[in-house]
Amino acid sequence: MSKILEDLRYADSHEWVKLEGDIATIGISDYAQHALGNIVYVDMPEVGDEVSQGEDFGAVESVKAASDLISPVSGEVIEINEALEDEPELVNQDPYSNWIMKVKVSDASEIDSLLDAAAYAKICEE
Amino acid sequence: MEENLTKTCLHDRHVALGALMSPFGGFDMPIQYKGITEEHNAVRHEVGVFDVSHMGEVRVKGADACKFVNHIFVNDVTGAPDGQIFYGMMCNEKGGTVDDLLVYKVSDDEYFLVINASNIAKDVDWILKNSEGFDVEIIDQSPYYGEVAIQGPKAEETVEQVLNIPVKDIPFYNFKTIHIDGEDIIVSRTGYTGEDGFEVYGSHDFTRKTWDKLMDASVQPCGLGCRDTLRFEVGLPLYGDELSEDITPIEASLSMFVKLDKPEFIGKEALATQKADGVKRRIVGIELEGNAIPRHGYPVEIDGKQIGEITTGYRSISTGKSVAMAMIEKPYDKLGTNVEVRIRKKTFPAKVIKKRFYDKNYKK
Repeated sequence: MSKILEDLRYADSHEWVKLEGDIATIGISDYAQHALGNIVYVDMPEVGDEVSQGEDFGAVESVKAASDLISPVSGEVIEINEALEDEPELVNQDPYSNWIMKVKVSDASEIDSLLDAAAYAKICEE
Repeated sequence: MEENLTKTCLHDRHVALGALMSPFGGFDMPIQYKGITEEHNAVRHEVGVFDVSHMGEVRVKGADACKFVNHIFVNDVTGAPDGQIFYGMMCNEKGGTVDDLLVYKVSDDEYFLVINASNIAKDVDWILKNSEGFDVEIIDQSPYYGEVAIQGPKAEETVEQVLNIPVKDIPFYNFKTIHIDGEDIIVSRTGYTGEDGFEVYGSHDFTRKTWDKLMDASVQPCGLGCRDTLRFEVGLPLYGDELSEDITPIEASLSMFVKLDKPEFIGKEALATQKADGVKRRIVGIELEGNAIPRHGYPVEIDGKQIGEITTGYRSISTGKSVAMAMIEKPYDKLGTNVEVRIRKKTFPAKVIKKRFYDKNYKK
């Protein structure tokens, strides 16, 4: 059973979002990190990059393959988690505190189209 | 499991061990048990065992066996002592690769061919079609044989002590046929990892007993995930990536296995011409400067122009470097050439190096 935090929203591509004001913190879920296995590299955007909901913004890589990261929101990247450059495995250890990027959202209402914890849990069970 | 996949004789054991299973070459195969990195390191530093029962086996017997093998195979098996093994390719008329394979010389009129799982039907068809006019019998023994590969610096002591099979005196790239438990098994000092090791061919029953003994002795089971990372590090090709019907052995930088001084073989003219004219493209090694990981299919560019493509790439588990094999157009294949690899939307600087990223540890 993967861990799902109640107060987050989720994309069906397994990214999570925490929106505080107009700042969204984004990472991947426990389900995703478990499915990937040992993460050896996180390909992150640069501060200042524009991201769009539904478009890829980077990748998470296991030994075997690269897995695209899809942005759950649109806006400007204001911070990336530099700790992941040297220690990508932090995402496996705690995928909820080891976020990947922070975005200043251009449209806070986009979050309404994302799944809540219960709906996301259903997807993981399928 | 997908409908049309074949199971090897060890399938139930992999499932019971909780292996991550995935289709490969028409078989439902274990990709990893504990984790690719752990299994890779077990083979590099101790010992691991692979289920390679998906591989195909074809026996060629008859008065024309040597002549026929030399007709379809680019390497030269003439005058070899019994027990010797050759690596090489079967090529088509254009010099492209039908398959890469091992040829085991049993006797002057008997050879045992070991072929890739993904090419079994194609190869058997090719061999049969080309055997017309030769006094040979072709027997597809792929369904009969199971096979395990025990690989690593401790492989010899493991096979001797856990399996009670005497292998100490088998030289590298040689094999023995041994009678055990009422059947003839084949053991060769061969492998696909760059470490010392053995490949053991027997009936399904024997293969199951062998695997169980190794599991009881706590030998690390290893899947196709680390099989690829291990062969890649030491520069070995994978059919489908570095070799194909459109890639010749010379383009794959494997011309040492093509014996152009043989009187004839399928593909000889095309390969001789290619050698004389020089290839237009070649498989080489690529090393990236940073941590980004090159993968199969990623473009290789110079000044925005594509000059090649990655065939296999990884962050090397043994060296920690981001490296790849790539098919690069001449003249950019020269060692030291500065290139760029396009990974998703960005390009990363890299340079052309030798494709042996890690030194082999064969017992020669």
